[in-house]
Amino acid sequence: MALNYFQPLFDVIRDKDRCIKCRACERQCANEVHHYDAELDKMISNSQTCVDCQRCVCICPTSALKITDNPNKFRNNSNWSQRVMTEVYKQAETGGVLLCAMGNPKEYPVYWDKILLNASQVTNPPIDPLREPMETRVFLGKKPRSVTFKEDGSIDTKITPTLELSTPIMFSAMSYGSISRNAHESLARAAAELGIYYNTGEGGLHKDFYKYGPNTIVQVASGRFGVFKDYLETGAAIEIKMGQGAKPGIGGHLPGAKILEDVSKTRMIPMGTDAISPAPHHDIYSIEDLRQLVFSLKEATEYKKPIIVKIAAVHNVAAIASGIARSGADIIAIDGYRGGTGAAPTRIRDNVGIPIELALASVDQRLRDEGIRNEVSVVVAGSVRSSSDVVKAIALGADACYIGTAALLALGCHLCRSCQTGKCNWGIATQRPDLVKRLNPNIGYHRLVNLVHAWDHEIKEMIGGMGINSIEALRGNRLMLRGIGLNEKELEILGIRHAGQ
Amino acid sequence: MIINANEVGYYDLNKTIVASTDTEITVKNAMGQRYIGCGVAGKRITVEGTPGNALGAYLDGSRIVVYGNGQDAIGDTMNNGEIIVHGSCGDTTGYAMRSGKIFIKGNAGYRVGIHMKEYHEFFPKIVIGGKVGDFLGEYQAGGIIIVLGIGCDGKAPVGSFCGTGMHGGRMFIRSDEIPAGLPVQVSCTEATDEDKASIDEYVAEFAENFGYDKSELLSGKFYKLTPNTASPYKQLYTHN
Repeated sequence: MALNYFQPLFDVIRDKDRCIKCRACERQCANEVHHYDAELDKMISNSQTCVDCQRCVCICPTSALKITDNPNKFRNNSNWSQRVMTEVYKQAETGGVLLCAMGNPKEYPVYWDKILLNASQVTNPPIDPLREPMETRVFLGKKPRSVTFKEDGSIDTKITPTLELSTPIMFSAMSYGSISRNAHESLARAAAELGIYYNTGEGGLHKDFYKYGPNTIVQVASGRFGVFKDYLETGAAIEIKMGQGAKPGIGGHLPGAKILEDVSKTRMIPMGTDAISPAPHHDIYSIEDLRQLVFSLKEATEYKKPIIVKIAAVHNVAAIASGIARSGADIIAIDGYRGGTGAAPTRIRDNVGIPIELALASVDQRLRDEGIRNEVSVVVAGSVRSSSDVVKAIALGADACYIGTAALLALGCHLCRSCQTGKCNWGIATQRPDLVKRLNPNIGYHRLVNLVHAWDHEIKEMIGGMGINSIEALRGNRLMLRGIGLNEKELEILGIRHAGQ
Repeated sequence: MIINANEVGYYDLNKTIVASTDTEITVKNAMGQRYIGCGVAGKRITVEGTPGNALGAYLDGSRIVVYGNGQDAIGDTMNNGEIIVHGSCGDTTGYAMRSGKIFIKGNAGYRVGIHMKEYHEFFPKIVIGGKVGDFLGEYQAGGIIIVLGIGCDGKAPVGSFCGTGMHGGRMFIRSDEIPAGLPVQVSCTEATDEDKASIDEYVAEFAENFGYDKSELLSGKFYKLTPNTASPYKQLYTHN
């Protein structure tokens, strides 16, 4: 056996007094960490394959299990950390590109946590959402510069198609293939019940889910998987995916092993072949080319659907957004560098892109400076973790937020960041039927509805505290924000003052 | 219905086509209007002049015949139908097309048939009479691309990087020489009689559309390009 240069990341700790050898952990672990040794009459654990998904811990009826970090440490070194060294060992062993999943976990600043909200005191009374009407409904799409009325009072101005959201939250693009059918069904049903939208991602739309069309955003990516007339017409809006926060500048790649019959049907590709979405759309090399795709989609759907263009937050995001606003798109979605993914090369995920907070602030400012902010709505994604992140995003200038990771957490995800293995014990990022059935969409959708309802209420409480009773009045209202522990440059980019000022 | 497209913008032109209850539509004097026939099902559209980009994008079962040259993105993400161009056309012809047929009499630009895919009864076909630019069949995942190289004197009628990322489908190149610089994941063999029989009907249709002799076209030497594997990137990753 070859020598192991690195030790398991985790330790599986089993309290032998508590363990009743029911073998539930063994049955639940797709990574085959646990097994029962009949000869010894005891449960044995193999920490080597553990990903710390916490499934066994949650399922254990006697709370006998704990997963902890492996206390074994390489010699301390601030430069060559254990993680960095382990990655070198892995690559020396296999020669492969490091592949991981979910959002960037590194210790970069989280600007949401360095921004504080305002509240009214004395001069402008706070509003209590339990007793007074509050409006969190938003409309996404182009807004006319002026409105004219006919003599009978009806609106004369031609209004382009918009999306109506009961609260400024949508579920991010996650394809069927990267996540399971039951996860998709949970998202679709929750979106329908909540009066918001979920997003198919680039994997096409399963026939069974066409009925949720009015609450569905359908995505068109460079691979064009599952894109055809019915698909485009079924969605409430069409999103052109140019980039993704977790992996800006590279494409998608669903391995053939995950293209089972149902996924193949939905993507409209043969079973077992890789689904490759190249990094670029090879027909888009300029804003003019983007405009061509935007308008070909508008033409194909008779100008009835708003078109979203989704990009990753990168260094010159403001200039790119300005171009998109001029391309005819109705909505720009910007995905920050902490955005999740079902699979991304580690080096890309951890090193490419910029924080969504800074990207949003600079895009909103740029569009305002150029007098075209009304031409597009701005939706932000890439780690919106709570209702306060939503409120801060809207005050920085967003029209709405996409949530992906938070939605998956609601479904049971414990962020073990191993989606790329396809062995998700929570039935989310897997296509294995025995694992998929662990996620009950009846329960899943209910948990998503709970989450968004709770956030909606918290949003109302926070803006009510500011004396604001409509989310529209919060948008771009940066006076409601103060920075804490930020330097001059950061404050300048965010367009906010420091706490105490 | 006959529409004179002279000095009509694409928006109005396409609105007229979509709104028309006629199945036979002739567009005269096309002058670069984009998106003609975009997503249209069940019509026969004849275009005289030069249609603009994205002709027949998302086409869903119509037949479009162009008497003139086409431009870029003909049949982008086309789902079914037929596009026949009595001339040459530009880049990304048949981008991600899933089914139906595209026949180009003359030459075509870069990235012809990029990301073409097949699925069950869906099987896309592209036949180009002359030569094509770089990146023919890039990321091809299904269907068939035939380049006949008419007028190329037996020289390979394709540009550089032919078949880059190809992982499904097949290409037939009529040429006396093997296209240069094929990537490692593409295998190239001289087409057998059996191979040629498999493309007989498409070459026949091409010949019929544009007045060529099928057997003369098929008598030449063809190279057949197929991917070595359906999962060319399988070995690339290390789980982290």
